[in-house]
Amino acid sequence: MQIFTCPFCGPRDEREFHFAAEAGKTRPDTTRQIDPETWATYLHAQRNDKGRTREVWMHLPCSELFLMERDSVTMEVFSTHPLRKEPQ
Amino acid sequence: MTRYSAFTLFREGLRGHKGWSKAWRSPEPKPEYDAIVIGGGGHGLATAYYLAKNHKITNVAVLEKGWLGGGNTGRNTTVIRSNYFYPESAALYDFGVKLYEGLSRDLNYNIMFSQRGMIVTAHSEHDMEMAARQTNAMRLNGVDAELLDRDQVLKRIPLANTRPDCRHPIHGGVLQPRAGTGRHDAVAWGLARAADSRGVDIIQNCEVQGFITEAGRCVGVETSLGPIRAGVIGAATAGHSSVIAQMAGLQLPITSYALQAFVSEPLKPVMDTVWLAPPFATYFSQSDKGGLVIGGGLDRVPSYGQRGNLPMQETVLAGLAEMVPALAKVKLLRHWAGIVDVTPDSSPIIGPSGLDGLYLNCGWGTGGFKSIPVGGWLLAHLMATGRHDPLSQPFDLTRFPTGRLIDEGAASGIAH
Ligand SMILES: Cc1cc2nc3c(=O)[nH]c(=O)nc-3n(C[C@H](O)[C@H](O)[C@H](O)COP(=O)(O)OP(=O)(O)OC[C@H]3O[C@@H](n4cnc5c(N)ncnc54)[C@H](O)[C@@H]3O)c2cc1C
Ligand SMILES: [Zn+2]
Repeated sequence: MQIFTCPFCGPRDEREFHFAAEAGKTRPDTTRQIDPETWATYLHAQRNDKGRTREVWMHLPCSELFLMERDSVTMEVFSTHPLRKEPQ
Repeated sequence: MTRYSAFTLFREGLRGHKGWSKAWRSPEPKPEYDAIVIGGGGHGLATAYYLAKNHKITNVAVLEKGWLGGGNTGRNTTVIRSNYFYPESAALYDFGVKLYEGLSRDLNYNIMFSQRGMIVTAHSEHDMEMAARQTNAMRLNGVDAELLDRDQVLKRIPLANTRPDCRHPIHGGVLQPRAGTGRHDAVAWGLARAADSRGVDIIQNCEVQGFITEAGRCVGVETSLGPIRAGVIGAATAGHSSVIAQMAGLQLPITSYALQAFVSEPLKPVMDTVWLAPPFATYFSQSDKGGLVIGGGLDRVPSYGQRGNLPMQETVLAGLAEMVPALAKVKLLRHWAGIVDVTPDSSPIIGPSGLDGLYLNCGWGTGGFKSIPVGGWLLAHLMATGRHDPLSQPFDLTRFPTGRLIDEGAASGIAH
């Protein structure tokens, strides 16, 4: 099993984690009119990078979302951060 | 090219097999083609074949970064079926099965399509109601389907688990009699040979690294063997479609995941159908060599590493042992993974890419072997005419902004 490190609970078995989304997407301002293309891009378009990725994951036991940087080819994990502490 | 027949086989047997010609040439790329197809998997090769056969466009190159069929085409569990739910998918996939039914003869190459049927089992009263709904939907769409009760399933799958303590007892199932398996390498090689014989250049070890655009239109590709220009370009690159899209400055609604498969040691014949048991997300069939060919769900980690990880192996193999306890001691010979291109609605993307002159055939995810001929047929039509065939129209990228998704992941009871 691969070990991922939850920033709150420490190193745990990969089965405790859930991939949520790619990081860095900004939700369009839903108080204004949004055209269908912008909304579809927000909902569905993915960078789907080969190599270095930045993703939002959830650690299921503590339900916390966090940011993970890893390599989508080698599966090496570079870092995990609480979302709020991630420098923008 | 030597035409294959019982007679040539007999003659070559007597001559010590010295008279066979190469199945396809390996030419140097020309500086320019009428059409370029990126990706030498089944879909790319079928596109080139139907460009030549249906549209008489033969000045075509297929560019493959590795070897033919080295992507998912040579890594899949070879199930061919059209047991889908929505009319758009039924029309698409059933035309695919029909093309497969004539493919060996059409290509003069035995692709070993064995229509041994496929059963998706139901494991509760509620499952049985959904199975009836699925059977009805398939029949309304003109696809063959039969609702089986428990005895009918056990007659076709005698080794299924019937223990009283069985976790998911079989109540019945849906049979598609025309479904079955084919030989994956033969599909790639047969299409390559047939395309080559009509003049298509098949160029392996040639990686596309960028697009050449002029006045906003895509007019060629940069490759590891230098630039090649083309009148029109089609991409059929499965799990690497987002990488190709990035080269064109586009993003697709695709996430790449690893999907694993397993083959056991050869056994005497134990199963002559394809069986999918949804509660375990596990399915298997038996190859002509006797090996059990076992598949299951996706690894839930986005990945471009062509290998699987352990949690899903455990899930799939535990599922198999529960489906057929007698198989628990069977040894595995090999296991591997391919990178599949998963869309939000588990339906493919066929259509213009957003960059003028570049068309896409991707997003088949875990189920595009069955649709190799139809996918090639439709991409060839787009590249030759610039317009959709009615079959591919619903699968255009415009379904995302309009919200007309074809959500087969949930609807057809497929494992993924
Ligand atoms: C384990 C597993 C089991 C499966 N089981 C089934 C099944 O039972 N039934 C079914 O219908 N489907 C199944 N599938 C899905 C099926 O294999 C695929 O949908 C199908 O093979 C896709 O065909 P393709 O030609 O589009 O892609 P591929 O065969 O992957 O071909 C794409 C090609 O593009 C090439 N390429 C990529 N980037 C570039 C580049 N930059 N330049 C040049 N070439 C490039 C790749 O090298 C590759 O050869 C399974 C898949 C897997 C992994
Ligand atoms: Zn945690």
